[in-house]
Amino acid sequence: MLIKNAADIHSSEITPKAAYLNRRSFLAAASGALLLGAADAQGAKLQNVQKSPLTTTGEKITPVSDVTSYNNFYEFGTSKTDPAKNASRLKTDGWKVSVEGLCDKPRVFDLDALMKLAPIEERVYRHRCVEAWSIVVPWNGYSLSTLLKAVEPNAKAKFVAFESVYQSGTMLSSFQAGIEFPYREGLRLDEAMNPLALLCFGMYGESLPNQDGAPVRLVLPWKYGFKSIKSIVKIRLVEKQPPTTWAMSNPSEYGFYSNVNPQVDHPRWSQGSERRLGEFLKRKTLMFNGYGDQVASLYQGMDLKKNY
Amino acid sequence: MSAFLKSRWAKIFLFLLSLLPALLLAWGAYNGDLGANPVERITHRTGTWALRFLLFTLTITPARRLLHLLDLIRFRRMLGLFAFFYGFLHLMTWMWLDKFFDPTEMWNDVVKRRFITAGMLAFSLMVPLAITSTKGWIRRLGRRWQQLHRLIYFSAAIAVIHYYWLVKSDIREPLFYGAVLTALLLLRLYKSRQAPAVRPAVQQHSPVSIPPGS
Repeated sequence: MLIKNAADIHSSEITPKAAYLNRRSFLAAASGALLLGAADAQGAKLQNVQKSPLTTTGEKITPVSDVTSYNNFYEFGTSKTDPAKNASRLKTDGWKVSVEGLCDKPRVFDLDALMKLAPIEERVYRHRCVEAWSIVVPWNGYSLSTLLKAVEPNAKAKFVAFESVYQSGTMLSSFQAGIEFPYREGLRLDEAMNPLALLCFGMYGESLPNQDGAPVRLVLPWKYGFKSIKSIVKIRLVEKQPPTTWAMSNPSEYGFYSNVNPQVDHPRWSQGSERRLGEFLKRKTLMFNGYGDQVASLYQGMDLKKNY
Repeated sequence: MSAFLKSRWAKIFLFLLSLLPALLLAWGAYNGDLGANPVERITHRTGTWALRFLLFTLTITPARRLLHLLDLIRFRRMLGLFAFFYGFLHLMTWMWLDKFFDPTEMWNDVVKRRFITAGMLAFSLMVPLAITSTKGWIRRLGRRWQQLHRLIYFSAAIAVIHYYWLVKSDIREPLFYGAVLTALLLLRLYKSRQAPAVRPAVQQHSPVSIPPGS
């Protein structure tokens, strides 16, 4: 089946930037203090977003205002409300993502080329933070496997390493945040090829707000949120398990796999239950965040208590 | 300045000021204005204010001496009780809104998570101090009252450790409170070496007069 994409027009060409900014200030002025802090939530509308069969059904979507005002993005501050205030400093112009390492067709993508690699889908996923809170978000993107297949990993590639942007001067230093920058994450290649692993460009039908990891991030719904790396600039196919930021900073608390697992206790937070933002009572946390049918086979025979 | 410190209004003013963080939280909760995770906001705010009030309480003794404002002693008990008040709200937030009074859950948390163990300890140490803060207890305990109330040093130190163990990676705030506490404690050492005689804050200015030799 051939799915025709819309004409290749960058959203900034459709509406003059001044008018666009004007619209923003009009909106902000009209709704006054209500929009404070969430003003960055209005991204560009994404075109031709398709429903995905991999979408999660039966969940109430978390209000976008919660998803844009309560973030972990330590580069822009270590309190939950900091990123919404500070992430406007993120420079996303001329964004490039280098896909490299053990592959036959390494390539540096600009954002437009990357977004055109496959049709953008809407996928509702549960998102569970290691800090025992969760949200339900309609993300927009396509399976990471599409990108990895495009660069043709060779036989030696066993893992994928990801790196976030680090823009010194506008971001916290590693010393201030207490974790190493640039932020790094990693997956085993078969995890990365699982169709649930989403290369994400938007949410709620609009491009990603900066605090949520603009312009491109991962979403791995069966893993704790910190695995879903934001603002990606580098994707590298490698042979050995790559170092990852939180595991480097505190190896006894954060492992490489970090699958959502109510049976593996964390020294800080009981992982047996979680608070869905907007709900008063806590709910039970599900194994693999409820995505066991799709991902449990990846970990067959592994001791998940050891490989936390 | 001194006249104001002696006045009734000063106490009322400080009381209302100390209550303000709680009132703002209550107002925020009423208006649904505590962010995406209100329970977490309430937990953090009440905890931070408990620690701050512990430090305010510990500021009184060195401030009296360094600023020559002996009347400040009138406010120490109130500040200490506010530390207990915010600590109690902090504990109740955790027990109710986080654990829903589930005894197994609470017990598991206390024994498994060292930052919660520390928090419990810091609060427990405040309990006897709050109980013995009345005139009657000051009179009954006499000299031992002051000894007992030195527990606040331990409570504050453990509260800082609780905070330090709680944060994931950014240790700047807990370190800041730790530095303030260290400074406040060092000022005491300096004081007792310099002028050991200026000690008896309670005896001199306690609301009940204690006859010498009693």
